[in-house]
Amino acid sequence: MTEQQTADSYNFAYLDEQTKRMIRRALLKAVAIPGYQVPFAGREMPMPYGWGTGGVQVTAAVIGPEDTLKVIDQGSDDTTNAVSIRNFFAKTAGVPTTDKTAEATLIQTRHRIPEKDLREDQILVYQVPIPEPLRFLEPRETETRKMHALEEYGLMHVKLYEDIARHGHIATTYAYPVLVNDRYVMDPSPIPKFDNPKMNDMAALQLFGAGREKRIYALPPYTKVKSLDFEDHPFVIQKWDDICGMCGADNTFLDEVILDDVGSRMFVCSDSDHCNERQAAGHRGPQNGDASYTPEAAE
Amino acid sequence: MSMNREILLRVENLTQMYGDRIGCKDVNFDLWPGEVLGIVGESGSGKSTLLNCISAQLQPTSGSVSYNTRADGLKDIYHMIEPERRLLMRTDWAFVHQNPRDGLRMNVSAGANVGERLMAVGDRHYGNIRNTAEDWLSRVEIQDNRLDDLPSTFSGGMQQRLQIARNLVTGPRLVFMDEPTGGLDVSVQAKLLDLLRSLVRNLGLSVIIVTHDLAVARLLSHRLMVMQRGHVVESGLTDQVLDDPQHPYTQLLVSSILQT
Repeated sequence: MTEQQTADSYNFAYLDEQTKRMIRRALLKAVAIPGYQVPFAGREMPMPYGWGTGGVQVTAAVIGPEDTLKVIDQGSDDTTNAVSIRNFFAKTAGVPTTDKTAEATLIQTRHRIPEKDLREDQILVYQVPIPEPLRFLEPRETETRKMHALEEYGLMHVKLYEDIARHGHIATTYAYPVLVNDRYVMDPSPIPKFDNPKMNDMAALQLFGAGREKRIYALPPYTKVKSLDFEDHPFVIQKWDDICGMCGADNTFLDEVILDDVGSRMFVCSDSDHCNERQAAGHRGPQNGDASYTPEAAE
Repeated sequence: MSMNREILLRVENLTQMYGDRIGCKDVNFDLWPGEVLGIVGESGSGKSTLLNCISAQLQPTSGSVSYNTRADGLKDIYHMIEPERRLLMRTDWAFVHQNPRDGLRMNVSAGANVGERLMAVGDRHYGNIRNTAEDWLSRVEIQDNRLDDLPSTFSGGMQQRLQIARNLVTGPRLVFMDEPTGGLDVSVQAKLLDLLRSLVRNLGLSVIIVTHDLAVARLLSHRLMVMQRGHVVESGLTDQVLDDPQHPYTQLLVSSILQT
């Protein structure tokens, strides 16, 4: 971290105070009505739509000088999006940043929820591309709003039905729709459905920001979040035949990494912090010095 | 009063104005369970305006539409709260559009189209939904191996039959049809009419059907209303109206059909 000095010409955390108040009002409403999409006057941010402008605005509105920020992109702390957003707040807010889930008070994420359980004193901010779960089948905003208002959610199951009819199982693997607090159907942003169960009854506050669509929604701590399913096709999370090649974990979300052009591959934890922590604690996977594994033996 | 309880739908002094122009004016009728009412007239005569007003899609300027709900008896549909009205529209009522593309979801399979209404009323068992959809496809003479195909791969006649299946799956009591056989060639029309007639009879449906085709009206409807420039100019039993038309416009309409 070389850019710890604050850029004096910016207001704290880039946004002006009136904008932050506006976003905080939207956040309060969102927390009061879990899963309900609150419109807000999204601002232009110094990054393109689709790179997390919604999440950045929410983070800017809730971050304080005493916060420690962690930014995740695809589970990793060192990918482009994560690095640039972390630098952005290091520069404009001067807050300390970290890779460690346990040390962060504020975590902005894209695509993943950390494997480690979050605590009550932490806030998780999601970047959301399309906040409307019904959009797939109903393009009219007036109509989807009415459907939310009247709890007409049959259409959501039409999508799941179509999945089963085409693939034999519910093939939606990310942005898997959930029912919040037995009331609103919500798009949990493009996290893998592997992470859906973690949203249920989570101790941390979860905030969702969609910059292009200008919507904010939230899950207060310990909110009931249920993934939609059919009685005869219950919700299941992804499973892997392999374990993490680096730390040997068998209960995490794994990324497949192609090693060469003759079909070698390995699986590794998508949550890089979690994986590093396990390795530091002495856990070893098959591609990382675990004696029980050699490529020859595997063939 | 005992007869009142049996009336399914009562329309009183229904008027729809578009500014100074008349959509339809002072329409009155009762519809009875199991009855098929045809509304005929040339295009622009107010048939579709009337149908939209009756089917809760267009709030009339004045007058009332009352429906005999299962729970509370006759009730003005425009005085219901919106959730109640929408529930009525997707359970007890059905609407068959002239163009099946208006009534179908073109980007999901035939099975999902039929199943949508079931899921909308809370059915959450995939196997049951699928079996019901399969059953309904066979009832409208669509082969069950087309269950997972998109409606866009269907012919026009099949699309129309799919739309009918999708509408009838929740066992509605009242079906609105807007030119259900328009845009279909004559042989397909005949088959569809045959199918409609047997479905209506077997399920005891009440139907309000709008058409400009007197042959369709004669085949399907028990009673006929003839409209001209927004007014009902003549109404009565179908055979009576068509065989012995009283109003000059009806006479013109009947005589304009090619005799075979």
